[in-house]
Amino acid sequence: MTKKSPKRREFLFTASYAVGAVGVGAVVWPLIDQMNPDASVKALASTEVDVSSVEPGKTITVLWRGKPVFIKRRTPEEIQEARNVKLEDLPHPEKDEDRAKNPEWLVMLGICTHLGCVPLNDKGDYNGWFCPCHGSHYDTSGRIRKGPAPTNMEVPKYEFVNSNTIKIG
Amino acid sequence: MSDQEYVPKSKFGKWFNDRLPLLSLANHLTDYPTPKNLNYWWTFGGILTFCLITQIVTGLTLAMHYIAHSDLAFGSVEHIMRDVNYGWLIRYVHANGASMFFLAVYIHIFRALYYGSYKAPREVIWIIGMIIYFLMMATAFMGYVLPWGQMSFWGATVITNLFSAIPFVGEGIVSWLWGGFAVDNPTLTRFYSLHYLLPFLILGLVVLHIWALHVPGNNNPIGINIKKPSKDTVPFHPYIVIKDAFALLMFLIVFAFFVFYSPNILGHADNYIEANPMVTPAHIVPEWYLLPFYAILRSVPDKLFGVIAMFAAIFVLVILPWLDTSKIRSAVFRPLYKQFYWILVIDVLVLGYVGAMPAEGLYLLIARVATAYYFLHFLIILPVLGYKEKTIPLPLSITEPVLGGFPNPSTVKKKESLN
Repeated sequence: MTKKSPKRREFLFTASYAVGAVGVGAVVWPLIDQMNPDASVKALASTEVDVSSVEPGKTITVLWRGKPVFIKRRTPEEIQEARNVKLEDLPHPEKDEDRAKNPEWLVMLGICTHLGCVPLNDKGDYNGWFCPCHGSHYDTSGRIRKGPAPTNMEVPKYEFVNSNTIKIG
Repeated sequence: MSDQEYVPKSKFGKWFNDRLPLLSLANHLTDYPTPKNLNYWWTFGGILTFCLITQIVTGLTLAMHYIAHSDLAFGSVEHIMRDVNYGWLIRYVHANGASMFFLAVYIHIFRALYYGSYKAPREVIWIIGMIIYFLMMATAFMGYVLPWGQMSFWGATVITNLFSAIPFVGEGIVSWLWGGFAVDNPTLTRFYSLHYLLPFLILGLVVLHIWALHVPGNNNPIGINIKKPSKDTVPFHPYIVIKDAFALLMFLIVFAFFVFYSPNILGHADNYIEANPMVTPAHIVPEWYLLPFYAILRSVPDKLFGVIAMFAAIFVLVILPWLDTSKIRSAVFRPLYKQFYWILVIDVLVLGYVGAMPAEGLYLLIARVATAYYFLHFLIILPVLGYKEKTIPLPLSITEPVLGGFPNPSTVKKKESLN
């Protein structure tokens, strides 16, 4: 009796704590999850853009999910420059062919992968983009070449609905 | 503690005090024995309490007019400035009050560093203080987002993006913080909610900070343990109260100068432009009181390690009571520490300066050296100094150097140089 009963008690305590912890978790989760993107935010998932008026060499910026997206119509020289880069020279090696399926059009999130600023067009040491916040340089394919940003600018999911319209998302 | 049994004089007072000892508490706070050699650097605790209450009162009144919505926030702040009766005054006091709060807290922290107030038996006071300091930074950051200007928006973007440096879960955490795919209305409303909450948490921690202080009692400029109450102490009221009140008046002159003569000098002109997610301002700079940490962040070329270094800069302060191995508290008796202390002060000021400059060329180099020295001070110099330093003998009491003997060479030297 004296030997058995503390064990029984310990088991009951442990079991109660375990059930209690599950209960607390179940109550806390809705309070945490309410901060995640809500249904109305997620519903704005795609945007269609008319690009017929974009001249070669020009970049337009459109808003998608509250983020700027760069759509650049590249000149042949810019495409050439992007495709001639050796992969060994890149901190985050990605082929330009993979980033721009249609070489004339580069579509990517206009967000510096360092801390989220919007880089400036046609600036920097690599004729692509330059982030004024902490000095990251991107090339004509939006790939990071110099500075603190860890990765290339992200290419979102997009498709050409017809020759003049891009659907992002 | 040294409190004598307190019995209220009136019959009602005694009846009430037996049921809730508020009068005993008031008596403890008035009679609280305080070292009689406290100098003006010790008045910043009272000043900080004043700052916190000012922020809460002005914040409550601003909340009656402010609208936390991305379409309306910027306009509602201008409405406060132009239409609300004395709105300009309340907002300028609140905005500059944050800067004054940090000015006072930095003096308060550096006073503790100079006189070794963080050492045993006051480690818990120090750690609570560091938590308060951290919450102050979080509160100030979220408050700065509320006017929804360009600096608000891009400051929020850069700071929340710090969390994306965390491997694997970083992106998820950032989107959870934002409530979306970028800083937007959901971010604004939650920052408003937390900006309202945190000052009350700080208030609760201030109560704990003072409670923890009243257990061992105040440190003092010569840093020795004193008997309480004794010839070395004076009651808090009226001696310290009147000294604190005078210091507060002097502080308010500085405060009023900023509010009435240059209310925008500590802010950024870019924040009078409404937030625009398509355009980043050419030069993003946080508020002056966060600049040293910003400089540390930028001085590391790697994103994740930059973030780690920045948080580590705060964390080394938290564990400072165990990094400083010297048993002597006050720098008065530590000739080497005194020099390193001033080098650290300069180092932090340099970090603050380069934090405001573009992160390139010479500025970046200076930032790197200053960051390295910051960690060197806390992680190498302080632990080693405790063993190597030859300290000056301590006086036996606060009164001793004044009334007889001069056993302390530095005091003797000072006397001689005066003659």
